[in-house]
Amino acid sequence: MTAATETTNKKRLSGIIDFLSKWGTIITIFVLLAFFSIAMPSFRTPSNMVTIMRSISIVTVIATGITVSLTVDGFDLSVGSVATFTVALVMSFFVWYGWGTLPAIIVSLLIALIVAVVNSFLIVKLHIFDLLATLATMFIFEGVAMTYTGGGSISQGMPRLDGTPTTGAIPAGFRLVGQSPYIIIIMLVIVMLVHVFLSYTKHGRYLYIVGGNREAARLSGIPVNRYRTLAYFLSALLAGMGGIMLAARIGSAQINAGAGYLMPAVAAAFIGFSVAGVKKPNAIGTLVGAVLVGLLENGLIMMSVPYYSLNIIKGLVLAIALAITYYRKHD
Amino acid sequence: MEAKHRLEMKRISIEFPGVKALDNVNFNVKSGEIHALVGANGAGKSTLMKILGGAYGHYVGDIFFDGTKVDIRNPHDAKELGIDVVYQEVDIALIPYLSVAENIMLDKMANEMKGKHFIRWGNIHRSAREILKQVGIDLDTHTLVQDLSLAEKQMVLIARALATNTNFLVLDEPTAPLSQTETEELFRLMRDLAENQDVGVVFISHRLPEIFEVCETITILRDGQVVADATIDDMTQQKLVELMLGRRFEETYPKIRVPIGDVIFEVKNLIEEAGRVRNVSFSVRSGEIVGMTGLVGAGKTELCKTLFGAYPIKSGEVLLHGKSLTMRSPHAAVSQGVALVPEERRKEGILVDEPVFINLTLPSLDKFTRGPDFVNTRAERTIARQVIDELGIVTPSADQKVAYLSGGNQQKVAVGKWLIADAEIYIFDEPTKGVDVGAKRDIFELIGKLAKQGKGIIYASSEIPEILDISDRIYVMYDYAIVKEFETAEATEEEILFYSAGGQ
Ligand SMILES: Nc1ncnc2c1ncn2[C@@H]1O[C@H](COP(=O)(O)OP(=O)(O)OP(=O)(O)O)[C@@H](O)[C@H]1O
Ligand SMILES: [Mg+2]
Repeated sequence: MTAATETTNKKRLSGIIDFLSKWGTIITIFVLLAFFSIAMPSFRTPSNMVTIMRSISIVTVIATGITVSLTVDGFDLSVGSVATFTVALVMSFFVWYGWGTLPAIIVSLLIALIVAVVNSFLIVKLHIFDLLATLATMFIFEGVAMTYTGGGSISQGMPRLDGTPTTGAIPAGFRLVGQSPYIIIIMLVIVMLVHVFLSYTKHGRYLYIVGGNREAARLSGIPVNRYRTLAYFLSALLAGMGGIMLAARIGSAQINAGAGYLMPAVAAAFIGFSVAGVKKPNAIGTLVGAVLVGLLENGLIMMSVPYYSLNIIKGLVLAIALAITYYRKHD
Repeated sequence: MEAKHRLEMKRISIEFPGVKALDNVNFNVKSGEIHALVGANGAGKSTLMKILGGAYGHYVGDIFFDGTKVDIRNPHDAKELGIDVVYQEVDIALIPYLSVAENIMLDKMANEMKGKHFIRWGNIHRSAREILKQVGIDLDTHTLVQDLSLAEKQMVLIARALATNTNFLVLDEPTAPLSQTETEELFRLMRDLAENQDVGVVFISHRLPEIFEVCETITILRDGQVVADATIDDMTQQKLVELMLGRRFEETYPKIRVPIGDVIFEVKNLIEEAGRVRNVSFSVRSGEIVGMTGLVGAGKTELCKTLFGAYPIKSGEVLLHGKSLTMRSPHAAVSQGVALVPEERRKEGILVDEPVFINLTLPSLDKFTRGPDFVNTRAERTIARQVIDELGIVTPSADQKVAYLSGGNQQKVAVGKWLIADAEIYIFDEPTKGVDVGAKRDIFELIGKLAKQGKGIIYASSEIPEILDISDRIYVMYDYAIVKEFETAEATEEEILFYSAGGQ
């Protein structure tokens, strides 16, 4: 009978692992909420909750971009640079050229898609590994943004590098994009749109199928390369939107403004895999992942953990998220 | 003569979510015999053998080795007892980017390298060559496994099993990808192992004549239960089929005669870029089933794939209804009305991690959208359930992951997905590989129905009797080219074999 009890034990154990990998993220969020609230009464104030949501908005949007690239079994490391590049573009349009909000945003996003063109060319046409190709473009466009701005920063009233004075202003309407509640609403709308696109449309279905088994997808008549390209365009577009929100938030272009968002965005997207047992990259899960990362960061800062030590914790969270994702993948 | 070893599985039961795969199964095998395990698709054959091989630890029941109770819960336990299982899904057991030698010596390297750190490559290749010689195939041990054909991969797996001490060898549908000569060669090896090395061999196959040719004892499973345990002399093919299907069954397939129309599909001087199709010309008429035969390796699969746009063409023309097709990609082929059921289902035909219904609707998803490309999963499931019924796919629901279906049922999914997509030309590449006699007939009937609707059908298979049963006209391939055309009514198996072997 030992064998039988051993099997039931094993069953129970795998049941527990199963449960944890499905709901672990959500449970952790509540545990963290409880812990921080008890430790610091000020943590639970509504205004701090809003602060957390506002602080994760940009990460979440950039992370949805990574999520889309993950659906085709790809990986877009260049999202941080796309964000930086977009910030530089949109600020230059305002400050250097005095454009209005809408044209500045639209043209910036369009130009940012050049990154997607390069990415998909490297990956789909030249068959370079996704991770390596986007590592290259990450550096390229970080450099492009710096070169374009002449050092990295642009702010209202600051002369251009060659000394020409600038007269353009950042429209007040644009600044609103970076304020709560608007920034939070925008983030939620984007997450919903991406969720609907991935889960309910033909194209979303195809993206996942391409990621699942490229050869079977191809032999089912799916234009595989077109969908891989689409994934990189969407991830660049979403990262670009993150950049717009970032520009509105800080009101200027800074050196490598988007770089810091890469790591938490990757963590959020991977944590999102396992949320509620979806076992696939998905937008809602990514949002939950971003909440977890944001909560942790906010709570730790409030507990006066120095910012330079935060990376230790963030890195650990990423490692745990990856562990859960890949551990489950094995059976 | 007393057998060297006895292996007894007693009252084995196992469940998966929604499926009771085995129910109180008793299975005995002893050294020196070749024991057949037969049953319809989904009967539980592979599951029983996976338990024996230690792949599933959560069964109930007991296993005895030479009368002593043993506990097999993982592959290592099975190996210790000298039990080796060559699974149906050969691809998942091999490491594609390693050489033949490394794959063969994998278990040995893993188990006997304790305390050693340097690999002696000379030894590895020498040992691998010796085992290959015993297995009776001629393979360069330096070749990468990813460059092998399915048949060769199979052999590598058998060789790997033999590299370590083997008391019992389980072969789960080993002959499915093999040609006749390769099958003969395998049988020779099985007999040699049983007679001269006292190995107990368990053999699973859906080709019943093979069972009678090579096995001595037989166990028949139906719906997870043993329905018969006999010596082969007490069994007839008719009785076997009826026991395994649980109903009367007429084995010969009566071809459905349909009026044959004009030529709808024409291939002119087709040449593939890498020479995998050499100047092939042929035609298919509406309602016609064209058999494409030849030995394994004659280039049938390559032709099928080229016709489907999956391989690049160098020159030549493909016409459908007199209109020249653009042959850029499978996507183009599908949208122009060409469908292909590919040979290697796990790699090419199905998505194992997706549910049945998503697999079935994949090539025709456009039919299930509304609004701006929103997928209507209700409609998808409805159609999927229809196809599941029509083909008798054994699955608890349309939402079951395909990975959890039995091998033959996976094949039915690979066929079923093209029925929903309305194509004009259907290309089937070995579609009955691994399906049971009942299901094979279902697939034949289905193909017959397509012909009746006036579709053109290309049926590629190295099983000549099957081709003779189902086709109207036959092309024989040899060395990537068509060498002979027959009207099926006038063809004989001998003649086809003659041209398949390169006869002129
Ligand atoms: N891992 C699993 N999870 C869920 N169901 C499973 C799993 N493995 C097998 N089954 C189910 O158990 C039953 C027996 O499957 P099995 O693979 O043993 O059939 P089989 O006799 O080998 O068939 P075939 O001839 O088609 O290979 C099937 O209904 C199958 O769907
Ligand atoms: Mg099987």
